[in-house]
Amino acid sequence: MDYTQLEKTAANIRTGIVKAIHNAGSGHPGGSLSAADVVTALYFKEMNIDPENPKMENRDKFILSKGHAGPVQYAALAERGYFPKENILQLRKLGSKFQGHPNMHKVPGIEMSTGSLAQGLSVAGGMAMANKLDKNPGRIYVLLGDGEIQEGLIWEAAMSAAHYKLDNLVGILDWNGLQIDGKNEDVMTVAPVDEKFRAFGWNVVVIDGHDFGQIFDAFDQARSCKGKPTMIIAKTCKGKGVSFMEGEAGWHGKAPNEEQTQQAIEELGGTW
Amino acid sequence: MADKMATRQAYGKKLIELGEKYENLVVMDADLSKSTMTAEFSKTYPERFFNMGIAEQNLYGSAAGLALAGKIVCASTFAMFASGRAFEIIRNSIGYTGANVKICATHAGITVGEDGASHQTFEDIALMRTIPGMTVINPSDGVSAGKLLEQAVAMEGPCYVRLGRAAVPVCYDENSDVTLGKGNCLREGKDVSIIATGIMVNEALIAAEELKKDGIEARVIDIHTIKPIDEEIIIKAAKETGKIVTAEEHSIIGGLGSAVAEVVVKHEPVKMAFVGQKDVFGESGKPDELKKKYGMTAADIASAVKSL
Repeated sequence: MDYTQLEKTAANIRTGIVKAIHNAGSGHPGGSLSAADVVTALYFKEMNIDPENPKMENRDKFILSKGHAGPVQYAALAERGYFPKENILQLRKLGSKFQGHPNMHKVPGIEMSTGSLAQGLSVAGGMAMANKLDKNPGRIYVLLGDGEIQEGLIWEAAMSAAHYKLDNLVGILDWNGLQIDGKNEDVMTVAPVDEKFRAFGWNVVVIDGHDFGQIFDAFDQARSCKGKPTMIIAKTCKGKGVSFMEGEAGWHGKAPNEEQTQQAIEELGGTW
Repeated sequence: MADKMATRQAYGKKLIELGEKYENLVVMDADLSKSTMTAEFSKTYPERFFNMGIAEQNLYGSAAGLALAGKIVCASTFAMFASGRAFEIIRNSIGYTGANVKICATHAGITVGEDGASHQTFEDIALMRTIPGMTVINPSDGVSAGKLLEQAVAMEGPCYVRLGRAAVPVCYDENSDVTLGKGNCLREGKDVSIIATGIMVNEALIAAEELKKDGIEARVIDIHTIKPIDEEIIIKAAKETGKIVTAEEHSIIGGLGSAVAEVVVKHEPVKMAFVGQKDVFGESGKPDELKKKYGMTAADIASAVKSL
C-alpha cells in the first residue's frame, strides 16, 4: 500500500498542532505529535464517520483518554472537514470552543470530554457495552498515554472490558516512554505493558506507531479477534517530526516560541 | 404512620417498574446488589444489569459511557464509595458531560450502624451539591423515594439519590404530591420552622408534637431535593416563623443546613440552629443508639428549637 497521502495528511496535522500551541502560548506538543500518525490513520481510513453528520447512527467513536493531546484531535477533525482549519488557532483562548482539554459539548466530533486521565478508557468501556446491548456495529477506539496507565482506574476498566468481552473496543497505547517528570521507568515503571494487558485478558498487538502499514494491520487484527478487547501498543517517539522536540520530556507541556515554531513548520513540511 | 420501609427497599422495587417502562434503562452495581437492592432488577432484566465488581471508579466511568450512548443508567453502591471514592469520576465524566446517570447511593449516614465510621457517610450531600448541574435528592421515606426516583429517571441529566439502610416510618401516602425541587410542608406552625431532609423528617415531626406540649407551634418542611433547592418555601418559612432549625443525617458542614443558610442570609436573615453530625467521625452501634449519641433525634431537634 502507498501511504504517501496519509503521510502528507499527518504532516499537515502536525503543523496544525505546532501552530495552535504556539498561538496559545501553552499546551502539550510532545504527546500530540507522537500520536499524530495513529490519529490520522483512525480519522482518515479506519473509522466509519461522517464530518457532515457527526452524530451519525452506528458510527465508530474515538475517545482521547490522554486529553492533554487535544491539539492532535482538533487538528485531525479540522483536516477531516468537521470545521475550518483556522478555528483551532483559538486553542486555549477565553471563550474558545477549543479548550485546553477537549469538551464534547463545544466541538463537533468530540465524543467525550477528557483531560482527567484514565476516565476515557472507563467511559469507552461503557460505550462499548451499550453498543453490544444495542447490537450496534460501531466500534470504540480509545487512545491512552503510557504515563496514564499508572492510574488505578485503567486497570479497573481493563478488567471489566475483558470480563464483558468487549471485542468492539480498541485501545491504542501511545508508548513514547516519557511523561512530565521524565522517563516512565524513572517515574513509575509501567513495563512490561504487553504482558500486563495480556494478563488482564486483552488481545495485545505491538507495533511501530509511526508505520501506517503496521497501524492498519493492527486494526485488522483487532477486528478479527472475537471475545476480547484489543490493546495496540504503539511504540512512538515523543515530539515526532520536530527535531528539537523528539525524545525530550521537556516538550511534554511547553509551547514553542516564534523561532522554534518556524523551524518546526519547515521540518514538518505540512500546510495549515 | 405505622408502616416502616427502608428507602433502598423502595428503590429496588421501583426499579422493576421503571425497567418495564423504559427499555433503555440499565442498572449497574459494584458487588453490593443484595444490599443496594438492585439484585431483583438483575434477575428480572439480566441483560440490562451490569455488575462491575468492587471498582467504584470504573462503575461510574462506565455508567457515563453507557449514558452517553443513550442509556438511562441507575448505578448503585454505598454512598461512601459513590460520593467519596468515585467523586472525581462523577465530577468529570458525569457532571461535566451532563451524562444521564442516576447515582443511587445507599447506606448513607449514621444509620448504617454496626459497620462503623468507615462506612458512615456524612459528606456526600456537601460533595455532590458542588457539582454544576447535579440534582441532589434525599428522600425521607419509602413512598417519597419511589416517587422521586421516578421523576429522577424521567428527567435528563445527572442526579444523586441518597438512600438509607434502615427501615424508617412512612411520612407520605401514595396520593401525596411529592415533586422534585419542591419542598413539602408537612405540618403548619408559626413559632419556628424545622427544615429537615431524609430520615430526619420523621424525627422533626415527632419533635414538633413534643414542642406543642410546651406551647411551641413548629412548622415542619421536608426538603427532599437539596439541589435545586426550593428557595420559596424557605424564604416563606423565615418570614413567617422568624427562626429555623435544620435537621439532617449528614455533617452540619456543607449539607442541608448550609444550603438553607445560603438562601436565608441572602433573602431573609433569621437565627438558625443546625442538627446533624458534628465535625466528628461515627462508630459502631445500633442505629438508634448512634442517633442518640451523635445528636440526631427528635429530642435534639426540640432542644435546638428551644436554644434559639
